[in-house]
Amino acid sequence: MIPLIFGITVITFIVIHLAPGGPVEVQTEMSLKTSAQARENLKKLYGLDKPLHVQYFEWITRFAKLDFGKSFVDGRKVTDKILERIPVTLTINVLSLLLILIIAVPVGVLSATRQYSLFDKVSTVFVFIGFSTPTFWLALLLMILFGVNLGLLPISGIQSIDVSEMGRFERLADWIKHLILPVGLSAFGGIAGLSRYSRSSMLEVIRQDYIRTARAKGLKESEVVFRHALRNALMPIVTILGLSVPGLIGGGVIFETIFAIPGMGQLFYSSTMSRDYPTIMGILVIGAILTLVGNLIADISYALVDPRIRVKKV
Amino acid sequence: MRLLSVIAKRFSRNRLSVIGAATVLCLITISLLAPFIAPYDPTTIDVHNVLSPPDKAHLLGTDELGRDVLSRMIWGSRVSLKVGFVAVGIAILIGIIIGALAGFYGGKVDAVLMRFVDIMLAFPAFFLILAVIAILEPSIFTIMMVIGITGWMDVARLVRAEFLTLKERDFVTAARALGANDLRLIFRHMLPNALSPVFVAATFGVAGAILTESGLSFLGLGVQPPNPSWGNILTAGKDNIEVAWWLSVYPGLAILITVLSYNLIGEGLRDALDPRLWDMEI
Repeated sequence: MIPLIFGITVITFIVIHLAPGGPVEVQTEMSLKTSAQARENLKKLYGLDKPLHVQYFEWITRFAKLDFGKSFVDGRKVTDKILERIPVTLTINVLSLLLILIIAVPVGVLSATRQYSLFDKVSTVFVFIGFSTPTFWLALLLMILFGVNLGLLPISGIQSIDVSEMGRFERLADWIKHLILPVGLSAFGGIAGLSRYSRSSMLEVIRQDYIRTARAKGLKESEVVFRHALRNALMPIVTILGLSVPGLIGGGVIFETIFAIPGMGQLFYSSTMSRDYPTIMGILVIGAILTLVGNLIADISYALVDPRIRVKKV
Repeated sequence: MRLLSVIAKRFSRNRLSVIGAATVLCLITISLLAPFIAPYDPTTIDVHNVLSPPDKAHLLGTDELGRDVLSRMIWGSRVSLKVGFVAVGIAILIGIIIGALAGFYGGKVDAVLMRFVDIMLAFPAFFLILAVIAILEPSIFTIMMVIGITGWMDVARLVRAEFLTLKERDFVTAARALGANDLRLIFRHMLPNALSPVFVAATFGVAGAILTESGLSFLGLGVQPPNPSWGNILTAGKDNIEVAWWLSVYPGLAILITVLSYNLIGEGLRDALDPRLWDMEI
């Protein structure tokens, strides 16, 4: 994991220095009158007058202390800017991961155990359409339907303007209402993908000899499916779930921008638009590390699902 | 040749995949004939006809500057076609080189290259794409490059896996015994046998690239107005969400149909190329 994090920081560093002229050019190009002196000062401030490896070393030292420098836009510390955004993004991602699990696994299992049934065919069609739908477009359509035409759901932000006047339950209801569309939509693609994987993983398991044995010794069908088959089918599903974390985090850029949700994705989008390099670097690194953490959790859940791994003490 | 016709026969057994292929052919025709079949110039502004709903003159309505949406969509089909093929071409090229080197040489080369793949996979791809586009100027060329450069990892893994098994096969040993050098072994003898999963991944890749491009253009980081793309028409759709549903509905439908078609082709190709699935249905 350590070499991975090292590699991640190197790539981030390289990406940012692709910029022709570097961050200083960008910051001064707004006002052409910026004197050469001011330019030099800026360069000093960001350490851009030093050779690349020194710059990287200084950056990585500060990075180890979680200090990504100050934002070009408002001069605030990048760490603070990111930290205040993480809870919202994390909430939405965790909720949509749960939603994906709750819907996709049963759908996959059901279509596998009843292969070629009507349910299987309908869910397959849904999966293909789900794979192919641009989710931001679906977001627009749902906004038109629920927000504009029916007026049922709010279409931006995570709380109403008058939230401070509400009681605790009203506030919760308000929050839930604001999250329905973003969470549902960010889970949408994942549901299609994971139910497909659950289906094929389950199909593979059901053909195994030990399932036939379980049936032969007279177990109830539900016992066969849930106790014997599902546990084995779950393992590839856990991997896929771990692998879907970067997609969810990355997808946040579009959803958070559409729904005006103050999360990491929206911050990333606005820093991209204003070329706020320190913030871009910070989010890139943190996003990648969150992904690694997601994979780590997936590895650990392996051990929970599969006793064989526990025995080997991996 | 016989193999090709067998594959074609098995592909054509899958009705949905054939429909997908036909749709893609239609799209290619439309985008090639864009100057002749588009009823209006896609960039001509008409201030008297701003945001007019679909009618006989403008079948799919007009946008906030009075431009004909149907014509913009017809021209926009060129963008998705270009982005799909060029981006995936770049991804496949990088993926094949890295995967082949890793699988052929194994050992340290393999360890280092696969670590690199792991690192690239750790970044939320959309973040990486956005960061690079922010630094370079957003344009269709930047997008194709960036989607390609951030999308080769799956291909590399597939090619590596194929090479690991091919390396042990007798025909490779025979070629080596005949004095073929590494380059010849890799490209002439092994690569052609490793390509079928790459074709499948490429088809799904085209679908993914089109989705990514439309998302980027939607965010204003892709194809820049006045040049039309399906994604940037949707931006106008979002800005006029309360008054002009047609700006949101039609371009998205075009993206959906196109991406769906490529996915269906990919599914059909996978079944047609995978010998293990010869007796299974989709």
